[in-house]
Amino acid sequence: MLSRKTAVLAAFCLLGTSLTHAADKPTDPQIAHIAYTAGTIDIEAAQQAVKMSKNENVVGFAKDMVRDHEAVNKQALDLVKKLKVTPEDNDTSRALAEAASAERSKLSKLDGAAFDKAYVENEVAYHKQVNEALETLLIPSASNAELKSLLETGLKIFQGHQQHAEQVAAELK
Amino acid sequence: MPSRSPQNSNEDQSMLLKRQLCLGIAVALGVAAAPAWAETLQVTIDKLVFSPAVINARAGDTIEWINKDILAHTATVKGGWDVMIPAGKSARLVLDKVESADYYCRFHPNMKGKVTVAGP
Ligand SMILES: [Cu+2]
Repeated sequence: MLSRKTAVLAAFCLLGTSLTHAADKPTDPQIAHIAYTAGTIDIEAAQQAVKMSKNENVVGFAKDMVRDHEAVNKQALDLVKKLKVTPEDNDTSRALAEAASAERSKLSKLDGAAFDKAYVENEVAYHKQVNEALETLLIPSASNAELKSLLETGLKIFQGHQQHAEQVAAELK
Repeated sequence: MPSRSPQNSNEDQSMLLKRQLCLGIAVALGVAAAPAWAETLQVTIDKLVFSPAVINARAGDTIEWINKDILAHTATVKGGWDVMIPAGKSARLVLDKVESADYYCRFHPNMKGKVTVAGP
């Protein structure tokens, strides 16, 4: 868990560091890519949990994540199409994807209660990190009003997921 | 009932008729149906916000949640009712019990609302 959390933090720090140079502020195409990637990562983590977990609460939570993030990502794709923005891959997106893939392989070696605990704790940490990035970097940097509004709604959804994950984590104890 | 939501005055006539009809049916069936003044109180859900967040109802009223989001939500009371509100759809619940209930969404526990149900 620590490795993913650290890697995700590093990914967002990368973005934070580049922000010290105003010219390096993430552009809308980059922000769209980061937000979409963050959603995809959570869908993939959830699909793994649906396959591996036998805990009803954990599987239920994972299915909620798939449903919500698929809906949000679809809306994000519709918006970028409408705005004629092409999401642009960038260092932050790449670092996020790498950290997520490392975490998935780590989780794949666990099972039963150990898997459930690791997955749910990751979900809490991951949503927390994404929320911080949305609040401090992505939302303030977005220049298009509709993109900003989508990110603001995304933040409320992610905050809800974080609380939901915290509840599931508490029930596992 | 000063604390209740305002009723559209254009609807008063038909509402009155419906209520009389309702009462008539209730009496005919001899059942303890909703009181004659029962209302439907609407709560809109938009961008993860219940609005109005606080509803003052009377026993027998119906609450209707209208979900404008692309996400499914719930209106859930811990140890009490649990209403599923699919994306883009609405859901209803008859408030038959006098209670003051804080509700939230199970999927997004940061969504909160409150219903106060007074006696009929
Ligand atoms: Cu919800």
